This record gives sequence, C-alpha cells and structure tokens, in this order.
Amino acid sequence: MKSFYFSTRLLIFLSFFAALLLNIIPLSPLVALFYPLWLPLILIYWVIVLPEHIHLSLAWILGLLIDVLHGNYLGEHALALSVLAFLSYRFHLQFRMFPLTQQILFVLMLLIIYQGLFFWMQVFLGFAINFHCMWFSLLASLMMWPLLKSVLRAPL
Amino acid sequence: MRLVFFIILSVLLIVLDYHHYLPSFRHLLNNAVTPLQYAVDTPLYMIGKISQFLETRERLQADNAKLRSQQIFLQTKLQRFDALQRENRQLNQLLAASEHLKKQRLELARVLLVNAEPLLNEVILDKGQFNAVYVGQAVIDADGVMGQVISVNMLTSRVLLLTDFRSAIPVQDVRSDARGILVGRGRLAKLLLRDIPSTVDVKVNDLLVTSGLGGHYPPGYPVGIVSAVDSNGSAQFASIQVEPSAQLSKNRPVLLIWPDKAATTAFKKKS
Repeated sequence: MKSFYFSTRLLIFLSFFAALLLNIIPLSPLVALFYPLWLPLILIYWVIVLPEHIHLSLAWILGLLIDVLHGNYLGEHALALSVLAFLSYRFHLQFRMFPLTQQILFVLMLLIIYQGLFFWMQVFLGFAINFHCMWFSLLASLMMWPLLKSVLRAPL
Repeated sequence: MRLVFFIILSVLLIVLDYHHYLPSFRHLLNNAVTPLQYAVDTPLYMIGKISQFLETRERLQADNAKLRSQQIFLQTKLQRFDALQRENRQLNQLLAASEHLKKQRLELARVLLVNAEPLLNEVILDKGQFNAVYVGQAVIDADGVMGQVISVNMLTSRVLLLTDFRSAIPVQDVRSDARGILVGRGRLAKLLLRDIPSTVDVKVNDLLVTSGLGGHYPPGYPVGIVSAVDSNGSAQFASIQVEPSAQLSKNRPVLLIWPDKAATTAFKKKS
C-alpha cells in the first residue's frame, strides 16, 4: 500500500512538472496557435481521479508558477486554475460516470470557463486578446484528453 | 469557502502586482523558476550544439572562407569610422550641439530556447543581475534593435520585443529626419509608426533608426524599414507600417548595450 501511494505521488509530481515544462517549450507561431492547455487538462484529470489528494492550494500555486513563467501579473492564472480545480472537484463524482464523449464536452466547458476567466482578466488589465487563438487551443486540448487519460492511467 | 479565499487572494495579488508593489516577491518567484527554464533550454541548446559538431569539414571550410571575406569588408568599412567620429565631434562642437557617438559597452547574450510568453512577444536572455543588466536596457541583434529589458533576475532577464503591444520606441527617419514613435502590434503584424502627420516626408523603404529621445535607446541604431505608407489626404496622420530590421524569430546571439556612464547613473537615479 505504501509503495503504491508513493508511486502515485511521484506520478502526480512528474505530470505537473511535465505540464510546466510543456508550457515553456519554444514554439513556432503556427504551433503556438494550436497548442493544448496542458496544465488545466492534467489538473482536471488528477482532481477527478484523486480528489482528496489534490488541494485547491496546489492548483493555486501551479497557477502562480505559470504566471511567473509567462510574465503575467501574479494571480491571473492562479485564480483561473483555482476556479477550474474547484469546479472539477464539485462535479468529480458525476464526471466519473460519463462516457467519453460526455467527458470531452464537460472538459470543454471547464476549459472555456478557464480561458474565459483568464481572457476577461487580461482585457480588464489592458491587454488585447485574439479570440481565435482560444478556439484552436481548446480544440487541441480536447483532442489531447483521451491520450492524456491513457498515459496517466498506465503506470498505476 | 476555500475557493473564495483563493479568489480574494488572487485578486489581491493581481492588484498589487499591477501597481508594482510586489517587486521582491516577483523577484523571488522568477529566480525560483529559473531552473525550470534552463531545464527546457539546456537540452534544446545541447541538440543545437551537437548538430554543429556534426558539420562536414567542407561546409566548415566554406563557412570560414565566407566569414573571412565578410570580415575584410567590414574592417574596411570600419577604417573610416574613427575619422568620421572625429569629424562628427568637431562639427558638433562647431554647432555647439551635444555629442551622440559616446562610448558604449556591448556584451553578447543568448536567447534562452524557452517560450517566455504565449504571444511570443518577449524573450529571456541568459544574462541577469550578475552581469549588470538593468531594467530599460536596450537589446540589439546584428541587424537592428530587438527591444528592451523589462525585468532582471539573478541569472536571466526578460526582454520586451518591439512587436509587443506595450512597446514604443522613438525613431527617426534617416533620409528625412522625421521623428515619430514606433509601436508594436503583435508578432504577426507589422510595426506602426505613430504621430507622423500626413504632410511629413516618409516614404517606403526609408530606414528608421533610434532617435535617442527619451533616453532609453541609444541613438543611431537601425530599427526598421518602412513597408507601407497610407496617407489618404483626409486623415490628419499617416498610417505607416514598418518591418523590423532585427531578425526576431531566429535564434541568434544578441547584444546588450550599456551607454556611457552619465546615462547609466541617470537610470539608476530614476529607478
């Protein structure tokens, strides 16, 4: 039991670490358009699968790290990611029952809320936003969801 | 419950950071995050270096010959530079004008192979506080001005490129001495030259250099080439698009400029 717990913790840590790294890989402008939102996806997955182990504070800190990495004002991603984690937690029981297509729809909704919050904050703080970017990256993220599920489930 | 706490905390942070009340906290986080950035940069950099090792001998010899001939041309161009500098100084003294070609210190830096910002309008350099980089410092590459430093960490610093919406650089037309402000409009659009009335003489293919007004960018460095001028008579200001000279998307070495001592002490007093 103890080794199981440790390996899960390691997997969680590694997946979040990988998500942060994936966020700062250099991209050409074309790829940047279609880039999936790794950190929100991975966070949704872990909150659904292990809701008791993923605290809201972890989501908040991860959001803060993304803010620092991307040069945003501190707290933008932190806020959006906390809301995302909260909503995932709130519906995690129902989510486990969903078939794949419904899961994807639900993830889409969560990501729209996440991106919407973030873009709203950006506009409020005076940055211009290109909304077309949002749909492409959402689409890419949705396509990544089944892949992500199988990758993260495999070592367990 | 807890979510409300985190929301309030986040909003508080945003407000504080927006008004720049959190420099030390931000500084701490930036330094903490540097290993992550190097974790992404180092393998990519190594891959680039290794592919350099695998160059064929013929290719290296050809590159060598090309560089040597390029160097001869550049050195010849430079021979006149000292004489021109002296002449410029004398002319300025005659006109009792201030001297522009002051001594400057240049240092090479490398752009980290890291995505510094989702919209690709910022880059991170591998020089920081240890190398006396300061906020507001001008950054250039071999072809022109790239941008200015907006934050400095211990080992790295963040540069705002010309193409960012927040970037504004005072420029001067080399041919007609027209002055204006060049603002960025995002990575995929050309730069926009503002505050130029329709009557002022700016034509396509004009070279724009830094005018030095405002003190941030030292004068005389190329910034861009005018690519389109749209001055239908009815508008009061011409709409001028400019293509940046610097190669912003290529991974090349960049230079940091330290202007003469007087300017650096002026910066220190201001900040």
